[in-house]
Amino acid sequence: MLPETTDILNALVLMSNFVFVPALAYGSQLALGALGVTLVFGILRFANFSHGDLMAMGTTIVILLTWVLQANGVSAGPLPTALIALVPAIVVTAIIAIGIDRSVFSFYRKRRVAPVVLVIASVGVMFMLSATVRVIMGTDNRSFTDGERFIIRAREFREMTGLDEGLAIQTTQALSLVVAIVTMIALFAFLRRSRTGKAMRAFSDNEDLALLSGINPDRVVLVTWILAAALATIAGALYGLDKSFKPFTYFQLLLPIFAAAIVGGIGQPIGAVVGGYIVAFSEVMMTYAYKRFIAYLVPEQWEPDGLVQLLGTDYKFAISFIILVVVLLIRPTGIFRGAVIK
Amino acid sequence: MTDTTVTGAAGVATRKSANADEAPVHAIVERRQSPLRAPLAFVFMGGALVATGYFQSPAVALTILNMSLVSAIMAMGLNLQWGYAGLFNAGVMAFTALGGVTAVLVAHPPVWEALQVGGRGLALSLLIVLAIVATIAFLVSATRGRTRSFLIFVTVIVGYALLRPVFGSAVGAIESVDPAATGFIGGFGLPITLSWIAAGFVAAAVAWIIGKVALGLRTDYLAIATLGIAEIVIAILKNEDWLARGVKNVTGLPRPVPYEIDLQQQAWFIELVERVYQNRLAGITDAAAREQALRQLVVDGSGYFVDIAYAGLFTVVLLVLLALCVRALNSPWGRMMRAIRDNEEAASAMGKNVTKRHLEVFILGSAMIGIAGAMMTTLDGQFTPGTYNPLRFTFLVWVMVIVGGSGNNLGAVLGGFLVWFCWVQAEPAGAWIIAQVTADMDPGTELYRHLQDIAAPFRLFVMGFVLLLFLRFAPRGILPEKVRHS
Repeated sequence: MLPETTDILNALVLMSNFVFVPALAYGSQLALGALGVTLVFGILRFANFSHGDLMAMGTTIVILLTWVLQANGVSAGPLPTALIALVPAIVVTAIIAIGIDRSVFSFYRKRRVAPVVLVIASVGVMFMLSATVRVIMGTDNRSFTDGERFIIRAREFREMTGLDEGLAIQTTQALSLVVAIVTMIALFAFLRRSRTGKAMRAFSDNEDLALLSGINPDRVVLVTWILAAALATIAGALYGLDKSFKPFTYFQLLLPIFAAAIVGGIGQPIGAVVGGYIVAFSEVMMTYAYKRFIAYLVPEQWEPDGLVQLLGTDYKFAISFIILVVVLLIRPTGIFRGAVIK
Repeated sequence: MTDTTVTGAAGVATRKSANADEAPVHAIVERRQSPLRAPLAFVFMGGALVATGYFQSPAVALTILNMSLVSAIMAMGLNLQWGYAGLFNAGVMAFTALGGVTAVLVAHPPVWEALQVGGRGLALSLLIVLAIVATIAFLVSATRGRTRSFLIFVTVIVGYALLRPVFGSAVGAIESVDPAATGFIGGFGLPITLSWIAAGFVAAAVAWIIGKVALGLRTDYLAIATLGIAEIVIAILKNEDWLARGVKNVTGLPRPVPYEIDLQQQAWFIELVERVYQNRLAGITDAAAREQALRQLVVDGSGYFVDIAYAGLFTVVLLVLLALCVRALNSPWGRMMRAIRDNEEAASAMGKNVTKRHLEVFILGSAMIGIAGAMMTTLDGQFTPGTYNPLRFTFLVWVMVIVGGSGNNLGAVLGGFLVWFCWVQAEPAGAWIIAQVTADMDPGTELYRHLQDIAAPFRLFVMGFVLLLFLRFAPRGILPEKVRHS
C-alpha cells in the first residue's frame, strides 16, 4: 500500500512550490525586518513601532528611483530595476532615519526617560511616516517589479521532469533569499569584526561599561540608525517586489516582525534571523491546504474530503500572535536568550 | 518620600539622571496651575463646537459632539491604563470592536431559522471548546514537565480534530440561511442600552486573558501582545460571517432613541418645534408658506432631537464613569496605582502586588473602552468590521490621552473632545489647502488628480505631529495630572 516514488516526488514538489519556496522568501523578508527592530531594541532599548512604516518609506523611495531609472531606459537585464535603485534609496532612507532620530528620539534619549515614552514617540513618527508614504504613493496596490518574472516556470518544470506537479520559482523569491543572505553575512561580519560593530555589541550588552570604555554613544546610535534604515529598505523593497506595494500592509508586517524578533530573543541579531524563518514557515504551513498533498501519499479511499487547512489565510496574523504568546509563556527570553526582560 | 522624584504623567517620569545639567529644577517642582484652567479649556471646546454649528451646520456639530462623548470614554479607559498605571495598550481597537459586536449580539433580533439549522452544532462546538479548556486546566495543575507539554499538545490536536467538522457544518448551515439578508445567528433582541453593560464584561474577559499572558513582562511586550490581539479580533469579526455577518455588515440595529420618521408624525413633537421656532414662524404671514416652513423645521428638528437624545444618554454614561474614575483615582487604590507607576520596585518592596494591580487596572480600562465601542455601534446603528483600523481606533485614542493630559480624567475627556474635533475638521481643512494649492492647476494633469487624494492622509500627518509636539514640549498635556503632596 506504499505510495509510488513518483507520487512521493509529486507531493514533495507540491510542498516546495506552495510552502517551501514562498516561506523561504517571506522568511527572508521578515528576518531582515526583524533584524532592524532587534538592532534598534538592542542599542536604543525601545520597541520601534515606526519600523513598519520606515520600511514603507524606504520602499517608496526605491519605487520612485525605479521609475526614474525606467524612464531613462536603465534596466538590470533579467533582474528587477529596483535592485539598482536600492543603494541610493538606502542612503536617502538612512538620512531620513537619522533626521528622525535627531529631531525626535535623541531628545528623550538624552533625558533618559522610560523606554515606553520612546515607544509613544515612535507611534507619532509612525503616523507621520505613514501619512507621508500615502501622500506620495496613494493607497492603492502598486507593482514595481520588472525583468524576468520566473527563474523556473511550472510548465517548464513539468516538461523537464515529467512529473504532474510543477515548481515555479519567481525571480523575486530567489532574489529575496540571495539578497537576505548577502545582507546578513555582511551585517554579521560587520558586527563581529569591525571596530564599530564591536562597539555596538558592547553598547548593547552593557551601556554603562561601554561608555566607561570610551565608546562614543552618538556614533553607535548613528550607525544603528544607518543599519536599521538599510535593513528596512531592503526588507521593504523585497517584500514589495514579491507581493506588491501597499502602504497599509507594512503596518501589518509589524506584528510578525516583532514576533520574529521576540521568538529569537530580542536584541540578538541571530535570533531575529531564526525567528523570521520560524514565523514565516509557521504562517505558510498553518494556512496551506494539504488536501492534494495528502492525496498523493495515501490510498485513494483515504483521501480527505475537506481542504485539510488548519487555519484560513485571513488568520495568518493569529499565528504570529500565537507564537508570540507561547514564547512569552514558556521562554520569555526567546530562543537565543535575548536581553532585558524587565 | 520627598517630592523631588515625583513627576507628572507615567512614563514621563524622568529617571534621576547622573549628569547635573539634566533635570532642571523647574521641571521637578510642581508648578501651581490656575484653577480656571480646566473650565476655560472646556468653555473653549464648547465654543469651538458652537462655532461649528453656526458656520458649518448644527448637524455637523451634533455629530462631532456625539462621537466626542464616545471618544472621551475611550480616552478615559486608556487613561486608566496608561495614566494611572503606565500600561501600554496598543489594542484599543480590539476592545472597541468587541463592544461593537456585543451590541449586535445583544440587540439584534435572533435569526430563528439559522439557530434551528446550526444552533445545535454551535452549542456542541462550545461544549468541545469548554472541554478542551477544562482538560488543559486539569493537566496544568495535575502534571509536570515534558508529560504536561505532551499531553496538552495531544489535547489540542484531538480537540481540534473533533471541533473542526462539527463547527464547520454548523457554520455552513447558518451562513447559507438567506445570506443576502441574514446568514448569521442574530442576537438576543434585548434593548441595545443593555449591550453597553454587556460590552464592558466581554471586553473585561478578553482583557483578563491578555493581561494574564502579557502583564508582568516588559511594558513593550504588552504593547506588542495587544497590537496582535487587535489584529486577530478584527480578522475574526471580518471572517466569521455566522457571528455578525463579517464584512457584509449588520445594519439597522435597534435604537435607544426614537426614529426621525416617527417623531415627525407625533403631535407633541410638532408642537415643540412650533414653540421653539415661534419667532421665525411668526414672521411668515402666508399660511401655506408657514405650513411649508414648519414641515421643513420639523424634519430638521427631528434629526437634531435624535442627536441630542443620544448626546444626553452618552453624557449620562460619561458622567457616571467620570465620577467612578475620579473616585478611584482619589481612593487608596488610586494612590497605590500611582505609587506603582512611579516606582514599581519601591511599591513592590512595600508589599504591593504589582502584577495583580496591573491586571485589575488593565481589565477596568478595557471594559470602559468596550462600553464606548458598544455606544459607538449604537450611535452608528450598524456594525462594520471593515472600518476598524488601528490608526483611527487605537493610536488616535493615544493622541487624545497624551494631548489631554495623562493621569487626569478631565484631561482625557478634554483630549477626547479636542482631538476628535481636530480629526474631523482636519479633512476639510486639508481639502481646503489642497484646493488653494491646486486652484491654478490644470485639472487634467496627473499631479492634480494625485493631489486631490492626499487630503485624507493629511490628518494622519497632523495627528502624528501634534502627538510629537505635546510629547516633547508639554508631556503632561493640556490638563496635567494634579500631584498632591502631604
